[in-house]
Amino acid sequence: MAASLRRYMPLLLIAAVWEAVTRVGLITELTLPALSNIIVAFWNLLMQDLLYQTSRSIMRGMSALACAIVFGTAAGILMAWYKPVRILLKPVIQCFYPMPKSALIPLVIIWIGLGDSSKITLIFIGCLLPIVVSSFNAARGVDQVLIWSARGMGASESEVLREIVVPASLPEILHGIRVALALSFILMVSSELIIANDGIGFLIGFLGEAGDFRGMFAGAITISMIGFLADRLYLAATNRLLAWRE
Amino acid sequence: MARIGQPAGGAAPALGEIVREKALWLFETLGPFALIGAALIAWEVTALQKAIDPFLLPAFSTVVMRIFDDLITGKLLVNAALTLYRALVAFGLAASIGVLLGILMARVVSVGWFFDPIVSIGLPAPKIALLPVFMLWFGLFDLAKIMMVAFSASFQIIATAWAATRSVEREIIWSARSLGATDRQILWQVILPAALPQILTGLQIAMPICLIVVLVTEMVMGGEGLGSAMLRSARFADSPGVFAGIIEIGLLGFAVIKTMEIVRRRLLSWHQEAARDETTV
Repeated sequence: MAASLRRYMPLLLIAAVWEAVTRVGLITELTLPALSNIIVAFWNLLMQDLLYQTSRSIMRGMSALACAIVFGTAAGILMAWYKPVRILLKPVIQCFYPMPKSALIPLVIIWIGLGDSSKITLIFIGCLLPIVVSSFNAARGVDQVLIWSARGMGASESEVLREIVVPASLPEILHGIRVALALSFILMVSSELIIANDGIGFLIGFLGEAGDFRGMFAGAITISMIGFLADRLYLAATNRLLAWRE
Repeated sequence: MARIGQPAGGAAPALGEIVREKALWLFETLGPFALIGAALIAWEVTALQKAIDPFLLPAFSTVVMRIFDDLITGKLLVNAALTLYRALVAFGLAASIGVLLGILMARVVSVGWFFDPIVSIGLPAPKIALLPVFMLWFGLFDLAKIMMVAFSASFQIIATAWAATRSVEREIIWSARSLGATDRQILWQVILPAALPQILTGLQIAMPICLIVVLVTEMVMGGEGLGSAMLRSARFADSPGVFAGIIEIGLLGFAVIKTMEIVRRRLLSWHQEAARDETTV
């Protein structure tokens, strides 16, 4: 407790300076609202529709990420395992991997429109590539000796895949998913800033345009905190999942 | 290595085997190009047959004509230059501040203590949510875009530079010190070179972030650039413009990322990783 207090002390310091500077009037309310006002605005938003908007965003992000995990790991492992799949998919991935994924926002607008599915598609495509690449690299990097010994002991191809390749490449795959998780939040918020009529990104943009800067700061801090917490939760889950190592 | 099961003396492999191996090699090297070519032809044919609404899928030739058009009128150059300028200035800003801060965090205890919680919270948070805040502070023009991009990318750079400096082996620092090196010499001649590979990895992760964010800022704030040109095309239902934009941005991203790889190889030609095989994709 004391250790974590000491660790997070700088944040309290910043909060105190923030509050003091705005209270004294060194920085005007229009540039940076006082922290206490932002907390009040957060509470008011919470009473209104913050929960609804946030849950809409999270729903989009998570469903897209779930699809990306299923398809991405399958594609990556199959690419590493079967040559025809690799020959077929590798050029596609090499073409799309360096492309900034936000370039697809206008494309999903004209293809799918402004609803939920356009944002889910965007996040899905954006998260797919890091997951495919990390699972491909992971499955290729599996120690050949393990595979040979399993085969030598009479394991079938599907058994080798299930019992050896997947567990051995799990750490790297999980790391790829962590990258995709952060990316899903970025794409979620930016697509909602540009095309949306609900969601936390839309709420932040809307409050900013309406001149409610306290609310805007509250919304931005909320989604940043959710992104941070999601990462920490994921990390904790990963550590449990990988507890069998060592 | 002697192959088990082959007669001693190594009889020449059968002709059929050689042919098969050559064919496989040819298939593997030419396969990707053939596949992309086939995909483009399929795209063109589908679009020409009007199997899909031309609004949803304009013909490949139309899109190429559009890119050519943009190139001749100079729009492409202006937009690409603007986007690249914003991304690279922001990247330079984030890189110089980020690397400096990361090294300081590892070397100076109080700096490390102060920035540790900020970086650990800021790294996974979606910084793009602060875009309206940056618009409020810096306006709608290049400054706001550059600051937003630099802010988004800097956390990654700080975190990797910090980790890289911390992971430099104590022994080599001690040896340098016992040989009489000053602190400055240790920093420039021991710590920086030893941390460089990991710092460069951080920069290579940060570059795509810069490109992603610069496009979003252009889409939200306008002010020309590839991102805003694309969003305008989408708003005016000009689908060839959208497809042309995607290809243009894809090529730009490819060029930037390949350049980073070349720079890395140049800078690390002394490092053992240069001798290793390229990683895939």
